Amino acid sequence: MEHEFLQTLWVTFKLASLTTLALIVIGIPIALFLAASKFRFKYVLEALVSMPMVLPPSVIGYYMLLVYSPRFWFGKWLAKSFDIRLAFSFEGILIASIIFSLPFMVHPLQNGLRSLPSTLKEAAYTMGKSKWNTMWNVLLPNIKPSIITAVAMTFAHCIGEFGIVLMVGGNMPGETRVASIAIYDEVQAINFDAANKYAIILFAASFLMLTLMYSFNKKHETWKMM
Amino acid sequence: MISINIGKDIFSPHGRIRLEITASIRFGELVALFGESGAGKTTLLRILAGLDMPDKGKIMFGREVWFDSEKNINLPPRKRKIGYMFQDYALFPNMTVFENIWYAQPLINIPKIEELMQSFGLSELANRKPAKLSGGQKQRVALARVLASEPRFLLLDEPLAALDSDFRTSSQNLIKQAHHQFKTTTIMVSHDLAEVFRMADNVVCLENGKVSATGNPMQVFANNNISGKVQITGQVVNIEPHDFHYLLTIVTGINQIIKVVAFENDIADLKSGDQVLVYTKAFNPVIMKI
Repeated sequence: MEHEFLQTLWVTFKLASLTTLALIVIGIPIALFLAASKFRFKYVLEALVSMPMVLPPSVIGYYMLLVYSPRFWFGKWLAKSFDIRLAFSFEGILIASIIFSLPFMVHPLQNGLRSLPSTLKEAAYTMGKSKWNTMWNVLLPNIKPSIITAVAMTFAHCIGEFGIVLMVGGNMPGETRVASIAIYDEVQAINFDAANKYAIILFAASFLMLTLMYSFNKKHETWKMM
Repeated sequence: MISINIGKDIFSPHGRIRLEITASIRFGELVALFGESGAGKTTLLRILAGLDMPDKGKIMFGREVWFDSEKNINLPPRKRKIGYMFQDYALFPNMTVFENIWYAQPLINIPKIEELMQSFGLSELANRKPAKLSGGQKQRVALARVLASEPRFLLLDEPLAALDSDFRTSSQNLIKQAHHQFKTTTIMVSHDLAEVFRMADNVVCLENGKVSATGNPMQVFANNNISGKVQITGQVVNIEPHDFHYLLTIVTGINQIIKVVAFENDIADLKSGDQVLVYTKAFNPVIMKI
């Protein structure tokens, strides 16, 4: 029991950490593009990024299963070329979780970037700095509170994921069984003590994340522009 | 020679206007861009910096093509080797005063940074972030920063507007000095006639998106009908009646207070707050409403 408990927590936090890490890498370029681009059909991309916020997790889960399935070209290609099957695997729930949490990373970053005066970026360009240099030295350091918010929200949201992980990953101990599903399982089995333990840990972790985020951002309020 | 021949539709407080500018600037000149707000001064500066794109036309910097609508050429700002000082200063909030100047340098040269900070009275503020600076201090940092980038073309959007008169004069001298030292071609937006006269080799006046006058400041501004030797503009702040005359107190554009004697017929249509021109004719300053 104890082993299974720790194992489930490990999968939960591993999933949340890897999802957050991956989304930092994926989310920053998307947010930069959405904040700066004058691309005509940008709103289509914006709507796509926001979809996971309004769609039931089961819908996304269903589509993910479809995409992973060996009957679909992507799943077939993966199985054929790399012998990888994503459905009911940790990698499968990781990808699903990345897609599902995308808006929680992109929105705060995008809002942060939009709130910066465009002259900051322009000043760096007139100094001869490249876009890459400007991003690292000017844009990202000045939206630190937004980055913290994005990371904390993504992580906290990932810990709480239920529907999509259940759809895509099932409930396999040590592989795809995360704490939120374990709670449901334990309650179904009238095992309230175990459910309680999971619940307290999830509650504490989420509360800690959000408290840290708000306290950090409070400190950095003075950062706001002149 | 920098030759500019561009057109662009812009939106100003007076509605949509067409910016049509043809001008040429000799290398090494300090040119003042003069005109009411909404005349297109900032847009012209931004176009020269490559931050805004004209609809049509051509900009040549010597033999370099910076913009050519026909050939689809638009050199990005970072390749133009310019210095641009923004009206909002655009100081990087995450960097200290020192780091702001340091970041602007193409090749790091610490003694140069220290020298610039000293000239602009910033040495004490080296470790402060922009949020903790006053408006005048920010402006000085922005000036030091733009000079640190060693530009070959300096574009200053109202660089001295927020400075008090002491720093204004010393900053004017610093810009002039830098201009002489590096022979950097400079365009500076200014609303202040005294500043234009003191600093600029040439003036380009913009009115509703078009060049309305160009030449040296004398030719452009001193061309009026009064043949006086001294002409000062100012605002009447007090009219004090005496036995046979009145004593006017006038505050000039450079915050100087002058007292002028006036007679009944001079002050007939004058009241406190009126803008006046004070000029000398023979010996007496004579007062006239403008």
